[in-house]
Amino acid sequence: MSNQDHDKTIHEFIAKDYEFGFTTNIEMEQAPKGLSEDIVRFISAKKEEPEFMLEFRLKAYRHWLKMTEPRWSVATYPDIDFNNVYYYSAPKKKEAKLGSMDEVDPELKRTFEKLGIPLLEQKRLAGVAVDAIFDSVSVATTYKDKLLEQGVVFCSFSEAVTKYPDIIKQYLGSVVPYTDNFYAALNAAVFSDGSFVYIPKDTICPMDLSSYFRINTEEIGQFERTLIVCEERSSVTYLEGCTAPMFDTNQLHAAVVELIALDDATINYSTVQNWYPGDPKTGKGGIYNFVTKRGKCQGKRSKISWTQIETGSAITWKYPSCILVGDDSIGEFYSVAVTNHRQQADTGTKMIHIGKNTRSTIISKGISAGVATNAYRGAVKVNKSARNARNYTQCDSMLIGDKCSAITLPTVDVRNATAQLEHEASTSKVGEDQLFYLMSRGISLDDALGTIVSGFCQDVFDKLPDEFAVEANQLLSLQLEHSVG
Amino acid sequence: MLEIKNLHASIAEDDTSILKGLDLVIQPGEVHAIMGPNGSGKSTLSKILAGDQQYQVTDGEILFNGESILDDDATERSLKGLFLAFQYPVEIPGVNNAQFLRMAYNAKLKYNGEEEVDPIEFDDFLNEKLALVDMNESFKDRALNFGFSGGEKKRNEILQLAVLEPKLAILDETDSGLDVDALRDVSAAVNKLRSEGRSFLLITHYQRLLDYIVPDVVHAMVGGEIVKSGDKELAKELDKQGYDWVANV
Ligand SMILES: Nc1ncnc2c1ncn2[C@@H]1O[C@H](COP(=O)(O)OP(=O)(O)OP(=O)(O)O)[C@@H](O)[C@H]1O
Ligand SMILES: [Mg+2]
Repeated sequence: MSNQDHDKTIHEFIAKDYEFGFTTNIEMEQAPKGLSEDIVRFISAKKEEPEFMLEFRLKAYRHWLKMTEPRWSVATYPDIDFNNVYYYSAPKKKEAKLGSMDEVDPELKRTFEKLGIPLLEQKRLAGVAVDAIFDSVSVATTYKDKLLEQGVVFCSFSEAVTKYPDIIKQYLGSVVPYTDNFYAALNAAVFSDGSFVYIPKDTICPMDLSSYFRINTEEIGQFERTLIVCEERSSVTYLEGCTAPMFDTNQLHAAVVELIALDDATINYSTVQNWYPGDPKTGKGGIYNFVTKRGKCQGKRSKISWTQIETGSAITWKYPSCILVGDDSIGEFYSVAVTNHRQQADTGTKMIHIGKNTRSTIISKGISAGVATNAYRGAVKVNKSARNARNYTQCDSMLIGDKCSAITLPTVDVRNATAQLEHEASTSKVGEDQLFYLMSRGISLDDALGTIVSGFCQDVFDKLPDEFAVEANQLLSLQLEHSVG
Repeated sequence: MLEIKNLHASIAEDDTSILKGLDLVIQPGEVHAIMGPNGSGKSTLSKILAGDQQYQVTDGEILFNGESILDDDATERSLKGLFLAFQYPVEIPGVNNAQFLRMAYNAKLKYNGEEEVDPIEFDDFLNEKLALVDMNESFKDRALNFGFSGGEKKRNEILQLAVLEPKLAILDETDSGLDVDALRDVSAAVNKLRSEGRSFLLITHYQRLLDYIVPDVVHAMVGGEIVKSGDKELAKELDKQGYDWVANV
């Protein structure tokens, strides 16, 4: 393929329409725009929260007022007016309390159906339990009762606050304190819902759990909080998916996820993020995805594994991390981040080794096309106490076309001489010769590109649960369709 | 089958001219061989035929089954039945060989309006083809050409040829780098695939290949042109005397 052709097609680049760009017409209940102590109190009151939650929120809010927005990422964007955001927006409840499936608004059911997330349990093929979150609230959680039979709690965060206040009190903010960063503080002040998972001792969660986040309202901020506690010798696989309608304005998504694994517990947390990326040509609109995700391997031999496929959002600012406290604990981060058009991603991980013989693995695949930027930012920290800590890091970047960029920003901080760290990095361009080779076998250009890119991501896709791997592959192909020519 | 008329072509990036008025006609069922010194444009010709966009055709025509294919991209040409076994097959990490082969095979079936095959059906079919080129089944699960030895890559090209069953197959130095046994296997596979409706264009430096696959016509290519054509005896002469004597006629 000649370079001229290449450039030409990148210019002509017509995006496959974002499939999930529709809005749902449903009566919503909203707090007025803007942020104040009153709004924080309003949210807490709406959720009929116990006093300790309001306290937590107000402390976070007051702390947030003193903080400044972090602007150190590679992403550039105009200042966000935090007073021009709705902090609470929920589908108006019909009389009865949400809880049973029959009470879910049919319009909402249809919305999730359209997104491929049927809320009717009998329709769920793969036997995955789902917590569906629409703007600020959880609208339905499937298989709740069945899970509870085994002692597994899977419910909305709001429900957990009233039903399991002791667990919430013990763990809320224990991994990501509200003082951690600007967006974590903001989230702590105004978060409206999210998912809560509790796996009791000696329990292998009988099915995969999953959250599906849907933003529906323009100018909303979705602030959800997820807390997963996995007791001794237990394990769970958790999947997270997200979409949003197309708007010309930007929506803020500032989530916090906290994971806690006790002795011999394992948490696998996978994300397929497909938020609306903004208009392909003008870059208008799209989600600002500013997320703090962190897991604490508190127990001995515990393991937390993050797998993320990031294909959407106008801006992604996200560093799922592990704090390896327990001896012999393991942290993993497998990531595929795709940016196309005008998307910007600054993503990576932090592995903090505290316990002895702790091990971490980081595999990051960044793919850039169009005029997008894609940065891997990672930190490996080995504390004095962490004897024989080991880390393996591999960062590979792939460039499609010559107007995009990839940056790798790894840092290491080693305070114990017994540590063993290995780092590998590569940057490659999708080879014209590879495309030609596949095409000369009758494979179309788009399929050829998709094949090369998914080959590049194979070691990460291998880590995804099956039903997600297929979806991830498809998303990737869609996202890159027509990016060469 | 294939008709090349007065073909002129250059490198798209810098207009360096490589093919300078090449003519070639291959009838259905015929096997042609092209021999020529290094850098005479043999691989360039084969890649241009397959639709490599790094070259541009500046003059002349390429007709495949009577129709010009100059406006077709590589995908289209392959679907129409043209196949190139590359001199240097590229490695594609992470792409499963068997899945790739099925993808290519299904693309062809779909183009021909036939029903695509699922992985299980394809596996049986593929095992037969592997046997044909004497390849171990372990190659199914390896990444496409990735870490293959030179000879293994060549065998993998012939495997693809056997799977896709094209109308015209161009083999660019498939024999180079093959050991004696491999050469025999590959030649046997090609001979099995020879048929009335299928033509071959063999590019080689060694007359030895032509002992195994006996050509109908042999061409000498020098400086981007075909300077002499003859029967299989021409290959023997070129082997003995080199190219100077044909270049100067
Ligand atoms: N993409 C390219 N960029 C620069 N030069 C090229 C390119 N492609 C071909 N050439 C040049 O064109 C000439 C013909 O090359 P080609 O590969 O077709 O030769 P060949 O006849 O196949 O040689 P060999 O017998 O060594 O395989 C050579 O001088 C080569 O360097
Ligand atoms: Mg050559």
